[in-house]
Amino acid sequence: MTDPRPAKLAARGLDFHYGDFRALKSIDLDIPERQVTALIGPSGCGKSTLLRVFNRIYALYPKLRASGQVLLDGEDILDPKYPMNRLRSRVGMVFQKPVPFPMTIFENVAYGIRHHERLPKAEMAARVEEALRQAALWDEVKDKLGQNALGLSGGQQQRLCIARAVALRPDVLLLDEPTSALDPLSTARIEQLVAELKRDYTIAIVTHNMQQAARVSDFTAFMYLGDLVEHGPTGTIFSNPSKQQTEDYITGRFG
Amino acid sequence: MNLYTRRRLANGVALVAACAAAAFGLLFLGWILWTLAAKGLAGVDWALFTQDTPPPMAEGGLRNAFYGSAVMCLMAIGIGTPLGIAAGTWLSEYGTAGRIGTAVRFVNDILLSAPSIVLGLFVYTLVVQQAGGSFSAMAGALSLAFIVLPVVVRTTDEMLQLVPAQMREAALSLGVPQWKVTMQVLYRSALPGIVTGVLLALARISGETAPLLFTAFGNQYWNTDITRPMASVPVVMYQFAGSPYESWQGIAWAGALVLTLFVLLTSLVARAVVARHRVSHD
Repeated sequence: MTDPRPAKLAARGLDFHYGDFRALKSIDLDIPERQVTALIGPSGCGKSTLLRVFNRIYALYPKLRASGQVLLDGEDILDPKYPMNRLRSRVGMVFQKPVPFPMTIFENVAYGIRHHERLPKAEMAARVEEALRQAALWDEVKDKLGQNALGLSGGQQQRLCIARAVALRPDVLLLDEPTSALDPLSTARIEQLVAELKRDYTIAIVTHNMQQAARVSDFTAFMYLGDLVEHGPTGTIFSNPSKQQTEDYITGRFG
Repeated sequence: MNLYTRRRLANGVALVAACAAAAFGLLFLGWILWTLAAKGLAGVDWALFTQDTPPPMAEGGLRNAFYGSAVMCLMAIGIGTPLGIAAGTWLSEYGTAGRIGTAVRFVNDILLSAPSIVLGLFVYTLVVQQAGGSFSAMAGALSLAFIVLPVVVRTTDEMLQLVPAQMREAALSLGVPQWKVTMQVLYRSALPGIVTGVLLALARISGETAPLLFTAFGNQYWNTDITRPMASVPVVMYQFAGSPYESWQGIAWAGALVLTLFVLLTSLVARAVVARHRVSHD
């Protein structure tokens, strides 16, 4: 597969173990810059695991280990010398369930920035506004920035989580089934947002929804039982996959 | 008798039994409160709060005992709360899966259900005997702190465990170090629960008698020196209620009433804290 754009993030011979269980088997995958790459596959295929390696959030739990290489702009982030917190400020993540922090809407977005940069008040306000605008939430919350974020609707909370992640101006955004807890209208808004965000960010999205992958992504990677079965432009994967397994999955014959 | 009738009958029997059991429990609670009010209300006056415990057959109040209880309870909360929160945080955030964590949690549960007189005896051996047999408010506060500690450890642990794992992951994935996430995000989420735990511990130790008997001992006179014996409401009640003197008995009942109202108030405040700051984890 030829790819005109350079890989922002690349896995090379990536293995992942939960204790003795091998969840990822020698994965080689390029995630091109400022494109949306969808990871699809049946439950337990390792797509979320792969996503969670990209910002090393798995390191929170004991007995999990990754080996091989994950290159971010050519640097290996699995190298223990690669500073974890710098990695996470460059690779943001949004989770399946919206989890606003128990603080005001403003503080939710400012929280991450505060840790990495010391900004004067006016600049901080501008950064928070910028992030909320990027997440298409500004118009709905601009008059209630001081209110508790838990008062927002589920879809708004998820966009707040996206704002929180983009507030750090990361290079990469990881979205782990970001719409599976949302209603169809909120889902449509998030998908629209993903299309806009790819102008500025490299995006990897895990989804169970085949139509969603077809709608939002430029590239699709199909995974099964820890293997990367097939990877290529989304149009090709969905209309003319080269492997029988991929075709069976996307046409709903298994999975 | 068909199936439907039989089920209705069974439902009726179960409902009546449940209501009767509830009424039985409430009856005794009402009875206790009624007796307290009937016997204690007469003794609650200005003198109760302004005069010290009297000699037999004289009039007086409980000023020194209220003061002693307040001082020892606050000291116990002051010692037990920070230690308990720190230990509970370690359990929940760092030691959950490990063998040491399991052991600490188990030992803490034992401490939680240890008879309070045993804790008093422990402090008696540890502090009072070492000091040449001199009772002190400090020793009393320490024995109460041993009651506070496991309660706070347990609630902190449980409340932090209730915070969804995704909230930790979301905060950590912003590149914020774990200690900061714990202090700034997780505590905020768990705080109402922890405050409730501390308040319930306060309610519990304010009525503890056994551990104070041979640590703080008691003091008939006004004393603010924590290195010397100090009076407390439950110990005075224990002495006065069993005495043959009517004035002492009256003071004991009045003390019992005030103590009960205090515990009731603390529980209500604890409930209000939870209700007001309930953080949805759905």
